Amino acid sequence: MHPIVKLVAQRIALGLLLLLAASVLIFVGTQILPGDVAQSILGQSATPEALANLRRDLGLNDPAYVRYFKWLSGVVQGDLGVALSNGQNIAEAMGKRLGNTMFLATWAAIFSVPLAVTLGLVSVRYRNRWPDKLISGLSLASISLPEFFTGYVLIYFVSVKLRWFPSVSIVNDGMSMLEKLNAIALPVAVLTMVVLAHMMRMTRAAILNVMQSAYIETAELKGLTLFNVIRKHAFPNSIAPIVNVVMLNLAYLVVGVVVVEVIFVYPGMGQYLVDHVSKRDVPVVQATGIVFAAVYIGLNIVADIVSIVANPRLRHPK
Amino acid sequence: MSDPLVDIKNLKIEATVIPPDGKPFDLTIVHDVSLTLAPGQVMGLIGESGAGKSTVGLSAMCYGRGGLRLSGQVFVNGRDILKSKDADLRKLRGKEVTYVSQSAAASFNPAIKLMDQVVEATVLHGISSRSDAEQRAIGLFRSLGLPDPENIGNRFPHQVSGGQLQRVMTAMALCPKPDLIVFDEPTTALDVTTQIDVLAAIKNAIHETGVAALYITHDLAVVAQVSDEILVLRHGKMIEHGSVKQIIEAPKEDYTKALVSVHIIKHEEKVPSEHPVLKVDNITASYGGSVEVLSDVSVEIHPGQTLAVVGESGSGKSTLARVITGLLPPSKGNITFNDAELPKSLPERSIDELRELQMIYQMADVAMNPRQTVGTIIGRPLTLYFNIRGEKKRKRIVELLDQIEMGETYIDRYPAELSGGQKQRVCIARCLAAKPKLIICDEVTSALDPLVADGILKLLLDLQKVEDVAYLFITHDLATVKAIADSIAVMYQGRVARYGPKSQVLAPPFDDYTDLLLSSVPELKLGWLESVIAHRKMESAGN
Amino acid sequence: MNFQRIPISALIGLILTGVFVFMAIFAPWITPYGAAEIVGDVWEPASARFWIGTDNLGRDLLSRMIQGARITIFIAAAATMMSFTMGALLGFSAAVIGGWTDQTMSRGVDLLMSIPTLIFALVVLSVLPSTLLTLILVMAVLDSTRVYRLSRAVAVDINVMDYVEAARLRGERIQWIIFREILPNALTPLVAEFGLRFIFMVLFLSSLSFLGLGVQPPDADWGGIVKENKDGIIFGIPAALIPAAAISALAISVNLVADWILNRTSDLKGGRG
Repeated sequence: MHPIVKLVAQRIALGLLLLLAASVLIFVGTQILPGDVAQSILGQSATPEALANLRRDLGLNDPAYVRYFKWLSGVVQGDLGVALSNGQNIAEAMGKRLGNTMFLATWAAIFSVPLAVTLGLVSVRYRNRWPDKLISGLSLASISLPEFFTGYVLIYFVSVKLRWFPSVSIVNDGMSMLEKLNAIALPVAVLTMVVLAHMMRMTRAAILNVMQSAYIETAELKGLTLFNVIRKHAFPNSIAPIVNVVMLNLAYLVVGVVVVEVIFVYPGMGQYLVDHVSKRDVPVVQATGIVFAAVYIGLNIVADIVSIVANPRLRHPK
Repeated sequence: MSDPLVDIKNLKIEATVIPPDGKPFDLTIVHDVSLTLAPGQVMGLIGESGAGKSTVGLSAMCYGRGGLRLSGQVFVNGRDILKSKDADLRKLRGKEVTYVSQSAAASFNPAIKLMDQVVEATVLHGISSRSDAEQRAIGLFRSLGLPDPENIGNRFPHQVSGGQLQRVMTAMALCPKPDLIVFDEPTTALDVTTQIDVLAAIKNAIHETGVAALYITHDLAVVAQVSDEILVLRHGKMIEHGSVKQIIEAPKEDYTKALVSVHIIKHEEKVPSEHPVLKVDNITASYGGSVEVLSDVSVEIHPGQTLAVVGESGSGKSTLARVITGLLPPSKGNITFNDAELPKSLPERSIDELRELQMIYQMADVAMNPRQTVGTIIGRPLTLYFNIRGEKKRKRIVELLDQIEMGETYIDRYPAELSGGQKQRVCIARCLAAKPKLIICDEVTSALDPLVADGILKLLLDLQKVEDVAYLFITHDLATVKAIADSIAVMYQGRVARYGPKSQVLAPPFDDYTDLLLSSVPELKLGWLESVIAHRKMESAGN
Repeated sequence: MNFQRIPISALIGLILTGVFVFMAIFAPWITPYGAAEIVGDVWEPASARFWIGTDNLGRDLLSRMIQGARITIFIAAAATMMSFTMGALLGFSAAVIGGWTDQTMSRGVDLLMSIPTLIFALVVLSVLPSTLLTLILVMAVLDSTRVYRLSRAVAVDINVMDYVEAARLRGERIQWIIFREILPNALTPLVAEFGLRFIFMVLFLSSLSFLGLGVQPPDADWGGIVKENKDGIIFGIPAALIPAAAISALAISVNLVADWILNRTSDLKGGRG
């Protein structure tokens, strides 16, 4: 078997294992409470009978590992359980919201990725001159800015004062694509800024690393123009590290989404999670946790696989 | 006389250094170098590292690495290329002048096939069509002795060995039919046995194509085999220039004389005593249990004497050191030290056993903690082994500094402030402080310039007489071996190919490998290369 | 330290950080009003009485901010110190001891890192009581994974140096090797990383408080103050921008200092230029 196929299969298997372990971790994480869920729901004034009934209904009398397996088998079949706070089927409620979050994240990616790669190329081209220093300075600043700073600044100036975009990003099925885009313009801007800086810095480092290789000097000494040196020699070797960087940052986007959705009251997964965390709605928290983990791990696996596939030593073994 | 191909007049090369904490200042790397090269002529540029040879060589393409500034005049084919515009320089590079670098492995793009890279410059400059260029490349592969010349171009760089890659790079430089090739230490990174083949291939190619060459190296014996003339550089200045014959047989300047006579250290071979201080019996060792790195190795070292362990990379000589020091416990065999069996792994040994067996490393830079002063480094063994502190300790440190021919003023210096030779001397002093019976010297002079290495070897020999300490001297350099060994072990692929007193080992009849090894070391004689090749078939299946 | 050699950016960073730390330490003595006292109308604009106006309940925003500086910086600092000590000690040990210890610890850390930090924190904090101690512990444990990775990588790089092997061959014990050979050479990247971790803690804590899971009312760190005042934004009240700006300023200034430390490559005393 080609070594690449083996390596990729190994990586995917490892990822699934990791996901399984993460599910255990999430499950354990929600069982730390000394009291129990029934107590939290019914409160201090609950009668012992009510508590016992609820415990039986929720299946809390089973030992922990039984509850874990019940939950896990449900998840694998697509049944994420039922919310404690309102009895809603979690999988249904989440489906819509997951779609919304993906919509937001995709548009953020569409803006940030080309921008980051271009800025990275520009800073390498003008290394240590003013464009590079300017870009570096701005990205340092933007990494330090919390999402709610950029979010509220944008809302305050762009939304309230200038009235260009709405401050609350409600989307529903009835809207056209253009209307939807208008609604998410500000959250996309915030998300873009969050990820742009990281991606740009890492892209710059990856390209610089390639540009300092000896084979670039060889190409220059053959009389190629700078453009051709970059196009024929630097670029093919930069694709893998850049894609790797992009994947890693998209994974990060998944997390940044949570705060952004709360700021803009956007009906996505992040908002869903945060709402139910404060209500201590354990089934929802578990379910959202595992979905987020799956996306995060999945993107990291894709990054790894791209690195493997792009390595010429692995594509063409001796 | 026809016009020279290359005419360099008063070349000066400068750099601006910006230290992290201070003001930038200008540093002159090359001062006032002038040379001329006729078409078809080969000039050797020789000097120690830092002499400026590569920088001068690259100036023939008006290329300065890392922002170096060139001034003066460099005429190539009648044009002063220092005044050329970028577009004209691009026409020069890869067409009239080509470059062969020291490390072929790093100089090839890992993602592109070899043939594409070999013909790239030729096709780019419109010298021939793609198919013609490929045919020419295949012909060059053949005459350079590469295996499977028809198909080797379809491989990727990592699928081909180091020696083969170096030859492919030479083909790449020859393909555009240039007027001048700059060879920048092309065989330095190769094993001694591979070097011969590549060297012969290069010499052959130069003669067949009639191309002119600047051959840069630090090895006088190597440059003597391929050049017509030699230019000696030191610290960026020209020291001497002459024909090969004149430089080797009748050098005029002191520095040139020193380069020519390096390694002529007189050393009387000692007779082995009764009791060896170290006895290695039938050692077999492997990393991770599968592949044997050492097989059935047995050697002895006698008090106050030197056993030289010589071999190429992969022979197992460094592994032997790791086994003896206890870092790699052997799977079979045992080690006797001072008439007692030595525990096989490091944690099991007593502090005295550790004290009496010391080691000096190849790279003195990383063998010392950069945040400790020379005094701390040398003084630590005194405290650790003998509990000497305070005034007594300082006195002893000064004594040791005197022994290594450095003075008391060095006590508070940091390693970064020392030169290469001084760093290695401090490492030697550190070992001496422990009053060991045996010091393992692992390629201790390999990273040093020839003159500095000479000084270190002389120091080690003097110290051996005074302190009666034995050395296990690991090296790949036969000249060093001849200079300082009492007994020699030749290692090949984890086994001892030949072992015994120096006079015995170096006298015929030889086993195959020792024969190969001894004959591969370039000698400072004209015509040596031809005689070796005549005695050996150049197998295209070799590296 | 040669003051002429500090670049402008690092100088600005040092000064700003100094101001915030000063506020944090001397908060109880410099707040003009009590941080929890209601002294005016809701969301009054800046005036001579209230230098930056009042908040959503009529409390003096400046006093709240100074108190908030104390809470933010103290919690972030405590969590950073805890995370750093744990992460660095474990990372160094893993690098030096190697073998199974290294493998198990590294796999465990990989696992912890496979779930995004904020998500994991939310999951855990949804069931734990909201005390200050749990908050600091959760933040510290989750962040120590990154410190572990970095210190292990730094220690591994140093561990393979010949001078560490030379120390081993001399017969030095593990304590000597970690503290006298490895640590002095690991200081620069570690110190810079400490700064970066602190920034992360500040941002992390603020995000948690903003989402309602960090510091609980009536106490508030800067993130909490943002949460309290965020509803005013839509009405054109910029009160929430002030704590947000303060967080940003603190993060940027510490970043500048950390960058400066990282760029000082002349750790080798008397190194040649």
